[in-house]
Amino acid sequence: MSTILAVTECRDGKLHKTSLEVVSQAKALSEKIGAGVVALVIGSGISVESASLGEYGATKVLVADGQALENYQPDLYKSIIIEAIRQNSAEIVLAPATAIGKDIMPRVAARLEAGMVSDCTKILVQDHTIQAEHPIFAGKAFALLSVNSAVKIITLRPSVFDAIQTNPGVAAPVEKVGLPAIEIKVKTREVKKTGGNKLDVADADIIVTGGRGVRSAENFKIIEELAACLNAAVGATRAAVDSGWRPHEEQVGQTGKVVSPNLYIMCGASGSIQHWAGMSGAKCIVAVNKDPNAPIIERADYSIIGDLFEVVPALIEEIRKIRG
Amino acid sequence: MKILVLVKQVPDTEATIRISGDRKKIDEAGVKFIVNPYDEFAIEEALKLKESGAATFIVAVSLGPDRVKEALRTAVAMGVDDVLHLKTADLGMDGLATAQLLSESIKEIGFDLLLMGKEAIDDGNMQVGPMLAELLDVPCLSVVTALQVNGASVVAEREGDGCAEVLEAQLPCIITCQKGLNEPRYPSIRGVMLAKKKEIAEKIVQSANHTVSVESLSYPQARQAGMIVGEGAAAVPELVKKLREEAKVI
Ligand SMILES: Cc1cc2nc3c(=O)[nH]c(=O)nc-3n(C[C@H](O)[C@H](O)[C@H](O)COP(=O)(O)OP(=O)(O)OC[C@H]3O[C@@H](n4cnc5c(N)ncnc54)[C@H](O)[C@@H]3O)c2cc1C
Ligand SMILES: Nc1ncnc2c1ncn2[C@@H]1O[C@H](COP(=O)(O)O)[C@@H](O)[C@H]1O
Repeated sequence: MSTILAVTECRDGKLHKTSLEVVSQAKALSEKIGAGVVALVIGSGISVESASLGEYGATKVLVADGQALENYQPDLYKSIIIEAIRQNSAEIVLAPATAIGKDIMPRVAARLEAGMVSDCTKILVQDHTIQAEHPIFAGKAFALLSVNSAVKIITLRPSVFDAIQTNPGVAAPVEKVGLPAIEIKVKTREVKKTGGNKLDVADADIIVTGGRGVRSAENFKIIEELAACLNAAVGATRAAVDSGWRPHEEQVGQTGKVVSPNLYIMCGASGSIQHWAGMSGAKCIVAVNKDPNAPIIERADYSIIGDLFEVVPALIEEIRKIRG
Repeated sequence: MKILVLVKQVPDTEATIRISGDRKKIDEAGVKFIVNPYDEFAIEEALKLKESGAATFIVAVSLGPDRVKEALRTAVAMGVDDVLHLKTADLGMDGLATAQLLSESIKEIGFDLLLMGKEAIDDGNMQVGPMLAELLDVPCLSVVTALQVNGASVVAEREGDGCAEVLEAQLPCIITCQKGLNEPRYPSIRGVMLAKKKEIAEKIVQSANHTVSVESLSYPQARQAGMIVGEGAAAVPELVKKLREEAKVI
């Protein structure tokens, strides 16, 4: 039987939510092609929850745990992943398209001469070939790509695939894997937390974005307040970032982050094509804009025409009412 | 120090994308092409390193059909010393094939530092940099927002998820550039004149073995038309009701 390897991601020793999406998708695919699902967990001080990946469909969990893996280290990750692929004769390798996934998986692909599809939004099995859909031209089109190499590597766009607990109560057997003794070419000197404990736009179910219409860094307080009462992350347009009101890590769009939240609220942002490229995957879009002719009004699910400095405070009040 | 910069030519971010009749590629008629925005950061960083005395020579390389010579002219106009067009008719969307084609020629040219974009905005792959690093067996620091070259050692800040990693490696190495690294300059008038006259060397490259091939291209599903809930603060209760009961998102 062939194997699908699901490469997961840990942050601070805990599985990141994209891990469950990747394992769930591996499980869904395994049912179509009749394969086992091996999950690989890499990190330092990994907690026992790894076994719970069985609930999402993993038949075995490999754990590479060590001090040297406290921070992302490309040389070590590469060796560990390649070894796991070889040992398990994995034919398909899925990983999250996170900052780590985007850096490590092309390296693995090049070493194994494996075809790779990045940031995949859908996987199909068509006449025994694996086909993966990938957004191109910043979401203006999609390419359906078939992967023809012996090993096939696919990274999954976060928040697009559902995490499904198919086997509640099932714990997968955990196997430790050793760390390779190899030359480290890239040394990590320091890791600076940039967002503090702030929720990252890439991880958030709800995002409240402010644009040029917010007019100053100071005025962003009301955007932060609305985000806080919705447990949402704050996002920004490039206009807001370039004006120095918000940090680049909050920028959504073609030259920022691509997000797929359940709810995306845009305040004082016009909905430029480059911003749209980052957020068109949102399930529900709300616009607050004083201009009824702003491009976003045509595309948002719900719009309020009005001054954001009146609408946003009213929205905060209304949400507090219902959320207590 | 010799710097090699990779430049891809891509459709303008504002361009309307039309899929060709066979649904395998896009229709290029009327499309304006530009230098991939992330590759502009790479060109700018190379120029800054030369101005500071750290670098001596900058070569820009582009792989693609004849039109990519225009992108190389932009690089000359910005200030690179030399350019090379690696000519191939079919680029495809296969990152590995692109990396393999590029690596063959790059081995011949040689470099101390290879600067390139973190991502091409047409295929959005984010693959070629780290793949090239493996094929050339050199370190790669990707998605870099700050760079320092001290002799043979390179210190870079890489953008992670919610963090910035400060990384160190030795030359020769590859850096993939992210927004924030610098502000790309506009070509000078003198540069533009120079670029017009520049003879662009070309080398024909064999097409690589594809591991990923295009089945079909499609447009995104149209979103259902939305609605204007109302005007001003008065519309807020209705909006919240719709978000709870209709969209069920809060
Ligand atoms: C290569 C390239 C890459 C780019 N990448 C990105 C990217 O990643 N992300 C991105 O966002 N942009 C990007 N841009 C920039 C993009 O083209 C737009 O300039 C930008 O998105 C506009 O931001 P905005 O909507 O905040 O500002 P504007 O377009 O100026 O819109 C402001 C809106 O606020 C409304 N408004 C003003 N005051 C109020 C008020 N008091 N109440 C309510 N509404 C109000 C106005 O009606 C207007 O619609 C890129 C551009 C290029 C060329
Ligand atoms: N055909 C090409 N010619 C030159 N450079 C390229 C080409 N394709 C990709 N690159 C470089 O690789 C980077 C990443 O591309 P990609 O992996 O396709 O997103 C780009 O920003 C370019 O610097």
